Amino acid sequence: MDDLREKPSIQDKQDFASVSGVQEDRRDWMFELHARFKERQRRITAAVVGSQIILLLLFAGLWEAAGRNKWIDPLLFSYPSKMLDQLWKTMADGSIWPHIGITVSETIAGFVLGTLLGTLIAAALWWFPFLSRVFDPYLVVLNSMPKVALGPIFIVGLGPGFISIVAVTLSVTVIITTLNIYNQFREIDSGYIRVVRLFGASRWQLFRLVILPGSFPVIISTLKVNVGLAWIGVIVGEFLVANIGLGYLIIYGFQVFNFTLVLSSLIVIAVVATIMYQLVTMLERRLTAGWRER
Amino acid sequence: MNNEPVLELQQLSHVYVSEKGASLAVENINFSVSRGEFISLVGPSGCGKTTVLSLLAGLFPPTKGQVLLNGERVSGPSPKVGYMLQQDYLFPWRTIRENAAVGLAISGRKTALTLKAVDELLEVVGLPGAGDRYPHELSGGMRQRVALARTLATEPEVLLLDEPFSALDLHIKLQLEDLVQQTLKRLSKTAVLVTHDLAEAAAMSDRVIVLGRNPGHIRCEVIVPGELRLAPPMTARKLPGFQELFEQLWSELDEEDEEGGEGHG
Repeated sequence: MDDLREKPSIQDKQDFASVSGVQEDRRDWMFELHARFKERQRRITAAVVGSQIILLLLFAGLWEAAGRNKWIDPLLFSYPSKMLDQLWKTMADGSIWPHIGITVSETIAGFVLGTLLGTLIAAALWWFPFLSRVFDPYLVVLNSMPKVALGPIFIVGLGPGFISIVAVTLSVTVIITTLNIYNQFREIDSGYIRVVRLFGASRWQLFRLVILPGSFPVIISTLKVNVGLAWIGVIVGEFLVANIGLGYLIIYGFQVFNFTLVLSSLIVIAVVATIMYQLVTMLERRLTAGWRER
Repeated sequence: MNNEPVLELQQLSHVYVSEKGASLAVENINFSVSRGEFISLVGPSGCGKTTVLSLLAGLFPPTKGQVLLNGERVSGPSPKVGYMLQQDYLFPWRTIRENAAVGLAISGRKTALTLKAVDELLEVVGLPGAGDRYPHELSGGMRQRVALARTLATEPEVLLLDEPFSALDLHIKLQLEDLVQQTLKRLSKTAVLVTHDLAEAAAMSDRVIVLGRNPGHIRCEVIVPGELRLAPPMTARKLPGFQELFEQLWSELDEEDEEGGEGHG
């Protein structure tokens, strides 16, 4: 029956080792079942992690051997110890940090601004349905166009440097963000809208109380997608114009035939991008903590 | 109960217009509801029950005729009218207290004082101390109780109930029927219930209005005998007059079915 006091509290649910609703003599047996279950889960997890490490070591070892024994051309493909050496040197003499710093700040500016701008445009489209009907075909065309191709225009218009690289990033993120979030705005269950309209809510109250919070999970997950897109925009932007940044290091490495520099920069990008993605995932969990289990 | 009408529906007709065309949902609906009265609208699906309720709430203006609330024309949603939907539609991102107070927030009346009143209301509907929890932690019946508290929190004079019990298990449904009817009687609120459950209509109401379809119109009115009115719904279902009333409503709907079938193929 629906009595509050009988419902197990959150704390109880989180206590994994608890068994409930049984008489004393069955407790040991149930604990035993639970322990066996946990042991099996633990073994599977250990096997997965072990396989992952072995795969990585195998790949790196094979690469190393192939490079050192000249099975592959080390000038083109380099090999792991050379790359680590390169990384270590540039980290020690401090020359890598400005590159990482500028690329990371471009990426952060790109995905945060892209998400904000996309949400704002989506809000405008929602607010003025006429506007959304007018812009609909243009958005579809813009969305299917490869927008990084606009890069040269930004560079000519905004000058080489930080601003035009962020602009390239925005061109990649804004349209898809707008479309995703606008769609979510329209997919809010009409029942929720009815609830506030029946209380006489204004359009602004409807937006603030229902549409925006109801779309919050989608906005956050768009933020996550935009982290990946922003990296593409930033690297392409740096290819085109920059004289600093990880994308610049890659293109410079190509030009001087230093593939060790190219590949080690790629590794840095992979690591930093993963860290950034994990941070946004953590942010998502914190922000939607109360009501995730719908 | 005095006889001053709170709600008056005068020659109400409504046409839905869409891309496909125009369809007449209800035609020439006339009735009035006295202060403190509990009336039910029953009828087959497609008879415009929910349309009538939406017109009463002022969600959209009627194509013809008018709705009067305390003698004044209804032109939009008003805090004097509360509405309870079939589903609870609690916002998953708001706590129970914040959900129940959403009407107050919209009308700019959310203060420490009214929030305290909301907590008291949650107690009235049987959810003491649930204010800080989130909707997903509550069962369907509890959530509909919160929806009742949310509707009552803005202190409406009239409550419009749009099949609020139809999504619930029978046991919970009967409990909530009792809770709603008793609470409304005690606070002497006026109520209009839309339902397809004839037993529910018979058990809860003072008066039942049977609607017919094609287009929606009033077929007849059935006054509920005094003893059934006074008893809470759960008790009313066991009284001797209940079965008779139920069968009377049933035969009205049966006839409507036959006539509708002949008339429109």
